[in-house]
Amino acid sequence: MDAGTVGAISTVLVTIAFFGVCFWAFSPKLKKRFEEDAKLPFADEPQDKHTDDHK
Amino acid sequence: MGSHATVAGDPPVYDFDIVRKFSIMTIVWGIVGMGVGVLIASQLVWPGLNDLFQPYTSFGRLRPLHTNAVIFAFGGCALFATSYYVVQRTCQAPLFGGWLVPFTFWGWQAVIVLAAITLPQGITSAKEYAELEWPIDILLALVWISYAVVFFGTIVKRRTSHIYVANWFYGGFIVTVAVLHIVNSAAIPVTLTKSYSAYAGAADAMVQWWYGHNAVGFFLTAGFLGMMYYFVPKQAGRPVYSYQLSIVHVWALISLYIWAGSHHLHYSALPDWTQSLGMVMSLILLAPSWGGMINGIMTLSGAWHKLRTDPTLRFLVVALSFYGMSTFEGPMMAIKNVNALSHNTDWTVGHVHSGALGWVAMISIGALYHMLPKLFNREEMHSVKLINLHFWLATVGTVLYVVAMWINGIGQGLMWRAFNPDGSLTYSFIETVVFSKGGYVMRAIGGAFFLTGMLIMAYNTYRTVNAAKKAAESANQPVQAPAV
Repeated sequence: MDAGTVGAISTVLVTIAFFGVCFWAFSPKLKKRFEEDAKLPFADEPQDKHTDDHK
Repeated sequence: MGSHATVAGDPPVYDFDIVRKFSIMTIVWGIVGMGVGVLIASQLVWPGLNDLFQPYTSFGRLRPLHTNAVIFAFGGCALFATSYYVVQRTCQAPLFGGWLVPFTFWGWQAVIVLAAITLPQGITSAKEYAELEWPIDILLALVWISYAVVFFGTIVKRRTSHIYVANWFYGGFIVTVAVLHIVNSAAIPVTLTKSYSAYAGAADAMVQWWYGHNAVGFFLTAGFLGMMYYFVPKQAGRPVYSYQLSIVHVWALISLYIWAGSHHLHYSALPDWTQSLGMVMSLILLAPSWGGMINGIMTLSGAWHKLRTDPTLRFLVVALSFYGMSTFEGPMMAIKNVNALSHNTDWTVGHVHSGALGWVAMISIGALYHMLPKLFNREEMHSVKLINLHFWLATVGTVLYVVAMWINGIGQGLMWRAFNPDGSLTYSFIETVVFSKGGYVMRAIGGAFFLTGMLIMAYNTYRTVNAAKKAAESANQPVQAPAV
């Protein structure tokens, strides 16, 4: 396999991987889960110390 | 599907001692590194300053000391401090690794001290941002591998099911920097203080700038984006704008950055297609960079009013603005035609500092102002007013610096390539130096502003720590930071 073919194949594979990540990240099924994950920095605060404006 | 699932019961006792040590050293090395920066900026205004203590204080010897001190000593300590803080709190687990944890601190400090001893003596491998000679490189590699063991070990024993996005950025930064450092530092030692690169010619240049640009992409970007994804939401009191975007951000950023290094070698002996690849990849990089910046800034939507009263948050948000500005400027400068004008001029220096002062230093300073009171068991820093003063000194200093270098750089680029009708150069080199003098004065003033801000931060921190000590004494118990 010459360098051109390797380049072409890897370009296609990286493109597929990129769209894969996008579809996975923005899949409606996982929306709730990621919204929960985004709250992780606040999860180890004692309840009474919660800041005012996040749920 | 299991999500972040806070564990029932109290969070564990975190290892904050190491975070305190690295935080304090961030400020100390920041002052040292930026102090050397102001000195060498002044040398360009008053060349006599080169002769303070020859040959050790000549510009050529101090310049690598400045870059190593600000990138690896100041930036490095900030990354160690915040990554150890963030990984513990988002994994709800104390640090893994036992004695390896203090080893990363003392080993890192030893590398910095060795750099400060060897570089002014002219002991250097002459690779930009990788000047340290082979024995120090080996120590650095050992420290870095220990860092990886501590960081990933902590992630393995986490009590949360999800790994928060900040840790993905920190993890990408740690793994890539290990690979970059080990590959680029491969060398044949001749004596204890002299070695020759394992690569030759154009391949050596390519490996060097693959390293050099990814030092920017991973050390100075990915790691600090990890900081951004934790401290901006924390300080703003709300989760990041789009967690989904942050996932695309991390993967796009790390898979693109690695290809951009050859833009440092436009119109060189490097194959032309490699130069074009570097240019195209640098242009595409604008997308994840701006995606991340927008994600950070939009976290404040609905909480913009906090910027009015909270200088710490202002540090974090202005850092993101400078990040957006320099990640727009960078791809533009990577275009071959633009690079033909900007290369080797002060424009490059200005671009680096809009990233280094505006983005890296400001996000670190913001993170430290957030973290320090929590580490020392205080409600807030000794003086919020002084944080505000620091913010303005840092912002004005950065703007002065960057504008001065824009003027100088574009002027130099235009003068260097101006020809007379007979084909001779319009300007001699010294004429471009004379032209640059005003910009050099302005740059030195800007740098001095920034350094003054750091000194104010040191005083503010000293008072905060002192108050913590007094409070601990009066309560007659050791300082123990709570998990707030």
